[in-house]
Amino acid sequence: MTPQSEFLVLAPVRPGSIPALRTLLATLNRQPGHADPQNPLVRFAAFPTLHLARFVVLEDETRHDIEAFGQAAADLPVYLAFLGDCDGDAGALLDDLAARAGDGLRAIFAHCEGFDADTHLRHWMAQHLTSPSAYYVNWVGRTVLQIREEAALHAALSDELAAARADGERNPQALHARLRTCVRNRGLPLTPPAPTPLGWRLRHLASLAASLLILAVAAPLLLIASPILLAVLRQHETTDPEIFIPSDRVRQQQIAATEDHDVTNPFSAIGSVKPGGFRAALVQASLWLLNFGCRHLYTRGRLARVGTIHFARWVMLDGGRRVFFASNYDGSLEAYMDDFINKVAFGLNLVFSNGVGYPNTRFLLLDGAQREEQFKAFLRRRQQATDVWYKAYPGLTAFDLARNSEIRRGLQNPALTGAALRAWLAKI
Amino acid sequence: MAVSPDDLDDIQGLLKSGYGPLGEAAYLLLRIRDPGAARAWLRAFRPTTVGDLNQKVARARHVAFTASGLAALGLPAAVLEGFSPEFVGGMADDPARSRRLGDVGANAPAGWAWGRGADEPHLLVMLFAAGDDLAALKSEVQNADFATAFDVRELSTAPLDGREPFGFVDGLSQPEIDWAGERTPGTSEDLDYGNRIAAGEFVLGHPNEYGLVTRTPGIGADGRDGSLGRNGSYLVFRQLAQDVEGFWTFVNARGGLPLAEAMVGRRRDGQALAEPARRTIRGVGPKQADITFNNYDFESDVDGTTCPVSGHVRRANPRTGDQPGGDLGPIRKLAGMLGVGLERRADTVASSRFHRLLRRGRKYVSSEGTGLHFITLGASIARQFEFVQGAWLASAKFGGLSGEQDPLLGSRQPFPEGHATDGFRWPQKDGPCAAFEGLPQFVTVRGGAYFFLPGLAALRRLAEL
Repeated sequence: MTPQSEFLVLAPVRPGSIPALRTLLATLNRQPGHADPQNPLVRFAAFPTLHLARFVVLEDETRHDIEAFGQAAADLPVYLAFLGDCDGDAGALLDDLAARAGDGLRAIFAHCEGFDADTHLRHWMAQHLTSPSAYYVNWVGRTVLQIREEAALHAALSDELAAARADGERNPQALHARLRTCVRNRGLPLTPPAPTPLGWRLRHLASLAASLLILAVAAPLLLIASPILLAVLRQHETTDPEIFIPSDRVRQQQIAATEDHDVTNPFSAIGSVKPGGFRAALVQASLWLLNFGCRHLYTRGRLARVGTIHFARWVMLDGGRRVFFASNYDGSLEAYMDDFINKVAFGLNLVFSNGVGYPNTRFLLLDGAQREEQFKAFLRRRQQATDVWYKAYPGLTAFDLARNSEIRRGLQNPALTGAALRAWLAKI
Repeated sequence: MAVSPDDLDDIQGLLKSGYGPLGEAAYLLLRIRDPGAARAWLRAFRPTTVGDLNQKVARARHVAFTASGLAALGLPAAVLEGFSPEFVGGMADDPARSRRLGDVGANAPAGWAWGRGADEPHLLVMLFAAGDDLAALKSEVQNADFATAFDVRELSTAPLDGREPFGFVDGLSQPEIDWAGERTPGTSEDLDYGNRIAAGEFVLGHPNEYGLVTRTPGIGADGRDGSLGRNGSYLVFRQLAQDVEGFWTFVNARGGLPLAEAMVGRRRDGQALAEPARRTIRGVGPKQADITFNNYDFESDVDGTTCPVSGHVRRANPRTGDQPGGDLGPIRKLAGMLGVGLERRADTVASSRFHRLLRRGRKYVSSEGTGLHFITLGASIARQFEFVQGAWLASAKFGGLSGEQDPLLGSRQPFPEGHATDGFRWPQKDGPCAAFEGLPQFVTVRGGAYFFLPGLAALRRLAEL
């Protein structure tokens, strides 16, 4: 199995350079916000391990909201974020990007502070790498190559099945045999998974052991301290100012212009963390717990009940003052938010209720996101139009990818019979 | 919380009734020529209320406004922005919205007969009467002020006979509005599908399925008291032309009536394809016809071998509860929340109760063709109509499917980059699906707009602007 990894190059944009940067980024696109995979600046399609990538300028329009807490808004930078998800080591991909898309990347990063003609691109990117506090991969180990091969397999099987039915073949066993023969004869490639890198395995196990140890030590302490913690939490929850400002309709329309060109959409958002040590600690703890869940529990197609997210990350910025959230989800934004509210409100509350302006929660997990309109306004106001977005497999949802893998497994299992065989045929 | 009698006297009766006994109807799409005359006409126009329906009515009349209509009447832009963004933006003039709704290809607003730009109506007047009384009602409404105030486009309707133009019994499934406020939304009861829905899902100013009141504008000094929206509703109007001949030609060539019934998800006489539920679904009945036609869900038919997943009625209302499997006790509920023990495919579809449509449309047969004047009412255009239309009907990925939109309504436009959407899969119990490709477009959008159907008190204030 080849594990997935991520990169995020984050750098402040030079004052005054934002319009020029956005104009340049727009030249990478063939539709608003959607990259031309073959664009000459960064030819995304030329990098076969790259699942998803984006450029987004993070212009935080809610940074003054913190004034509701009696604090002055800090003068925080506007960042350019360049991020992606890939198979194998992201370092190797960045080497490759620097080597084969160097000119384009230089032209883009030239709008950032501290980047000039003499800057060593690869070193500079390494210096500006920013790690997420929590990172979610829909299906750990599923590679771009596998996704493409399995999509081609599904298409071929679907054609062959239609032909077989036209020939009057109804017997499931015979159909299975015919489909297996078809794949063999046509020589459709189905590359076997690569061995899991030993280093990754060891790190994964070590992280699991360390996490369990931390949980084991922290749980009794938290339990003992829980009356105090709950009292403090309730104090915050009942006094934190809520901010319910409907998102600007025209701005929302501009962002929507970049959405729904594919079955999947990018979501980018930035917001401030509530001031004070309690919230700072709570957001760290929540993201740690979320990351533990992503890494060790939700590795097979679902994040709790939500099955529509391909990759997602939560990144602390500015020494913990702000959080950048980036995800890739199937369907439209409204449906994505409904999924959040109706399926994982508790999880959202845990993580996002530490954000300035979030609708108030009860005992951390209740209410909050379930205040539908307030929650949607909170997200929409923090949403950023993703300037450039690339997906290596347009037209395919996370559900499609999982189904295509099931189809492959069924094909490679000659012993399939009875109800299991019929169910397999129905998937094609 | 029950809707009070005072409110019932303020709410337009269309929220309670589709006026089945009043077989004739006309829809007048109006552009304001003279705002003063329009206001004068509105002052004399008294819509039928829910309260009126305690007695049998022989005539009914209703009025609704687009955002451009409210602006033309003189509503300040700042107040207007207090309505929902999709209402203010309108149905036709935002390409992103058109993409989401499937208004592309032959459905694109550029080809509409009405609804776009200067062809967007300002007002919609709906008139209902029995027998040959409609002409008299029309002439009564179209008085001198009316003639001065408006340019008129009239949409006629065909007499009600309970069937839509393809010949299927229609209008069987409607949410039951909880006027009496008997139900508390969000209990474990809602893990199962239910048909009784909070009044605030359809009437603004009342608690919805989240127990919250949808934000609406006021008209007072600060514009924040919600009084303009109170007891109103958003009304979505779509003129859908139906190619009846094309539908039956395709169906008869490929599988006959059983195929048509699989595509619709009901028998032609309205009988559900799905097995009746063993439990009594909350909000179905007590009328025997309602129990016969609606006491079912798709809980035991995840794969769609009884009713295809893509069947039109299943897409329009997938009859899902908050959690697949329904109420199996607190432990299973908790495990489900964490994503444990839920079948992946069963959990691809959102819970129905947040996405219900209250349908009030009528069919038409005219020189312009045959079809449906589709009308739906709700408190949130985005979460109700646009969600159902975009995520369920027009989506090629509904319920884990791929490559097929609603078999009746699909635009058949490839999306994106050549991925076909013109298929239909009819799952069979004994093996592979019967798969159909190249479905022609049967239904084409010919016009449409988003309206606001105000309460009577709000209407009086609009008439005094």
